[in-house]
Amino acid sequence: MTRSFLTRTPSLLIFIACLALFTIAVTLAAHYGLMSTSFVKTLGKTLCLCLAALAMDLIWGYAGILSLGHMAFFALGGYMIGMWLMYARTEEIVVASLMNSGLPATPEEIQQGIASQIFGVVGASDLPAIWSFAHSLPLQLILVVALPGLLALIFGWLAFRSRVTGVYLSILTQAMTLALALYLFQNDSGLRGNNGLSGLQNLPGLDAVSQDTISLWFFWASAAALGLAYLALSWIVSGKFGSVIRAIRDDEARVRFLGYSVEGYKLFVFTLTAVIVALAGALYYPQAGIINPAELAPIASIYLAVWVAIGGRGRLYGAVIGAAVVSLLSSWFTGGRAPSIPLGFMTINWVDWWQVLLGAAFVCVTLFAPKGIGGLFDAFAGLRAPDRKGAPLGPDQGSLQEKEAVE
Amino acid sequence: MRFLLACLLALLFAAPLRAETAAEILSANAALVEKASRQTIAPVIDALGASGDPTVSTILAAWAEKGLGIRKSDGIFFLITANEGGYALRDLTGAAAGQAAKSDITELKPNAGVRGMIATALVQFTLSDPDATKRAAALESIAKDPKPEALTPLRAAIVNEPDATLKAQKQRLERLLTLRFDQDSAARIVAINSFGADLGLDLRGALNPLLATTKLASAEPPTSNIARELKPGRDLTETEAYDLLVAANLAPARLTIAAARTALIANLVNGAVGGVPLAELNTQAARDRAYTALESAGTVPQAATDDEAAAALKAHHFYDIYTEPDPAVTAAASAALKSIGHKVAAMQAADLALDGLSLASIYFLAAIGLAITFGVMGVINMAHGEFITMGAYTGYVVQLYVPNYTASILIALPLAFAVTFAAGVAMERLIIRHLYKRPLETLLATFGISIALQQILKNVFGTQARPLTSPAWLDGALSFNDVVSISYIRIAIFVLALLFLTFFLWLMKRTRLGLEVRAVTQNPTMAASMGINPDRINMLTFGLGSGIAGIAGVAIGLFAKVTSELGTDYIVQSFMTVVVGGVGNIWGALAGATMIGGLQKLIEFFNPSNTLAAQTYMILFIILFIQFRPRGIIALKGRAAGD
Repeated sequence: MTRSFLTRTPSLLIFIACLALFTIAVTLAAHYGLMSTSFVKTLGKTLCLCLAALAMDLIWGYAGILSLGHMAFFALGGYMIGMWLMYARTEEIVVASLMNSGLPATPEEIQQGIASQIFGVVGASDLPAIWSFAHSLPLQLILVVALPGLLALIFGWLAFRSRVTGVYLSILTQAMTLALALYLFQNDSGLRGNNGLSGLQNLPGLDAVSQDTISLWFFWASAAALGLAYLALSWIVSGKFGSVIRAIRDDEARVRFLGYSVEGYKLFVFTLTAVIVALAGALYYPQAGIINPAELAPIASIYLAVWVAIGGRGRLYGAVIGAAVVSLLSSWFTGGRAPSIPLGFMTINWVDWWQVLLGAAFVCVTLFAPKGIGGLFDAFAGLRAPDRKGAPLGPDQGSLQEKEAVE
Repeated sequence: MRFLLACLLALLFAAPLRAETAAEILSANAALVEKASRQTIAPVIDALGASGDPTVSTILAAWAEKGLGIRKSDGIFFLITANEGGYALRDLTGAAAGQAAKSDITELKPNAGVRGMIATALVQFTLSDPDATKRAAALESIAKDPKPEALTPLRAAIVNEPDATLKAQKQRLERLLTLRFDQDSAARIVAINSFGADLGLDLRGALNPLLATTKLASAEPPTSNIARELKPGRDLTETEAYDLLVAANLAPARLTIAAARTALIANLVNGAVGGVPLAELNTQAARDRAYTALESAGTVPQAATDDEAAAALKAHHFYDIYTEPDPAVTAAASAALKSIGHKVAAMQAADLALDGLSLASIYFLAAIGLAITFGVMGVINMAHGEFITMGAYTGYVVQLYVPNYTASILIALPLAFAVTFAAGVAMERLIIRHLYKRPLETLLATFGISIALQQILKNVFGTQARPLTSPAWLDGALSFNDVVSISYIRIAIFVLALLFLTFFLWLMKRTRLGLEVRAVTQNPTMAASMGINPDRINMLTFGLGSGIAGIAGVAIGLFAKVTSELGTDYIVQSFMTVVVGGVGNIWGALAGATMIGGLQKLIEFFNPSNTLAAQTYMILFIILFIQFRPRGIIALKGRAAGD
């Protein structure tokens, strides 16, 4: 069984090896001071984005559902872990300051102090009900998975049972993330409105540990999560389940007539990917240090789709490569480190023109290289497209055209 | 002796206030008048007003306009007019009194506060002024700041009013003042009832103060005009109720947590407070115990702990008391306000419907282009929002060169169509036609265009908002009464939306192009075999949809801020409009826009402070709505529905 699984997914060992080598290299570089803490954080965050892209590839590349709302789950995961980080950290500060004031603090005083510390900025002084689990790390960790999972389950159930497919589903998921973002933008949403949660990089109880150590911890955790998720998803897509969801992508009606519960499969994939993305978010935001509702803007989810498309859909490593390449390039260009290009009549300043380049690159990839960067590997491995004499692989409009697909 | 003298002096100064003629009043209070200030001058002005002297109005008017002076030698007041030799003098009755040098006269210069008081006093005279505009201004100034004193002069000025409109205004104002200030409550009730369910803001402004209440705490039921009894915890919070008790000296101040802390820390003896060890003071109950111990020892002031506060609340009653003492008046006023309330609610519903309609026409305008490209051709154009932005910027650029706003808008509309039509055709030729079989990928490719276009617009026009000014004849609003009104610009957008609806219907149903578009939409292969060129039709259709987006951009830019993100704000709403309404059908887009616009205004009405929440709930509603009608309000049937 193990043997056949590995032979069916030859990329798995290579990927895990590359990831391990990369992790060791970054660790050594950081240890000998060759790499700044902020760059280690950037790499760690990139790994989280790769993890999210991996999930996006499962739902879009394999199941053919273009969800434009997965970054909402990403941010929700971040919010859930951020609530605990902020609560615990504020509790430390409040208890310390009450300790110095002569009397031992009552639980009510601590509660009140935390509430006014956290919510003073939006003019409230009570902890909203959604913070009732914030004091406990295990409960909040459960929520990281449970809340986005539940949201995805309910939303997916509603959407799939009424047979919303294709672009309609894309628009509906986009509406979902917009609704969530607008809701969180309100000051009385209980999550500090557009201030968001901040100071998440300070782990409670770990003041003694320096940020460069913590950044390495998170880097390792992100790498481990990516490796494990890659392993799990490779296993899922290599088996019968993988075949069914690819069949759903190519011809949903035919799969349904064969007796499979298409809605069940879709719902499972939707919820599973939401949970993976939420975990990625929970690892991402402690490294970013701040989260606010702008992270849920519909455009963030579209970028996720962009990464997967550039990396190559239907190839797990493609999604990872796409996310890594585009997000690192993006931070290089927008960070102002890319050299400007003087054109005589004007100067191309990449901070201003990177978006244009990205947009153009994206159009080109869609038009000329639908397989994305992953297609290069196919060409290298000598995989050939099936010869169907020009007929599409399935009658559904979302299905791949013959020239983009390989068996 | 000195005291007696002081009394005598006081009598001397006080007595002239009761004098009869204006001249006497002025000279008796010369010192006050010369150094007039808002705090001190009131009795003098009131005395002048009450004197009944016919010259008072001239004197007051002259005083306010620096036309009153005192001759330094003998302290007599004159009406003065500056000329080259100094001042021309007239005595207070207006008869010429010669000429005086500038140095002989002290010109009175009342400050702004005093001028205001003079103006109020003058009102009663201007109410009967021969000049109608002056009378109208006087009425307005009374209406703005109603005072009991104005009632008598106003009543006196009604009978001889020649102008019918002004007379009606005066009568209305008289009734408004009567219901507030008249001594006789029967007259007030008659005045209140005479209005019926009038919608005027002035009536509500007059009635509301009658129903003003104050909160009162007492052990026994009070004798004053009670509005209602308040229950702590239901009508007012227990903290508020207790604060009332404290304010009425019926209970000691509450022990705040912070105050208790300070008191306990101050009385910390040998590691214990009031016999409770310090380490145990980490619960509120223990702290209360310690504080009560200190209280009984007399070391801290009496203060109510939570239990004591609860007992005090139970022992007292709380009332809302009308400041107006007469119950008959308050009853009439609240009945009047209630019937006004019903009518206002009905009017607000009408206003809401108008608001919803205008929002719907904005959404319709933004979505109609999409209804063509997405609805008819099935192409997801994420750059639609950027086409809207391009239209708005076209309007801005036109206004840079054409200063006349009316002309510039008339030029901008077709120009915006041309610009975005060209952009749409270019996009269709270069990109979209390669992706007709892959709608999900059109979504991504056009998204690439969208971010590139948005950034280019940002680079060209900057990030700050650019002005796109509407012509002056679109300013202002059409108002039906104090509640229902709609701005002209919204009417213009509504008309524009209607025009487009008609244009679109005409194009699709009555022209050769429309016929070919419908043919290509339904079956491109068959259409091609009938001699229609599907490529050309697709190109024109896409260009048309994009061009309409450009025109919508000009219209939206007139009331929204023109930035590179203008279109982004509308794109999701536009898609939802098309999806909710039903794809492939212009009536669907109309129905979708009406529903979304109306619903959003309705939700905003229930939660007026929060447009964000309104949008959230609306999107949730749409997600649920799609469950029940997955193909939108107006779903195509039969073969036209595609799969």
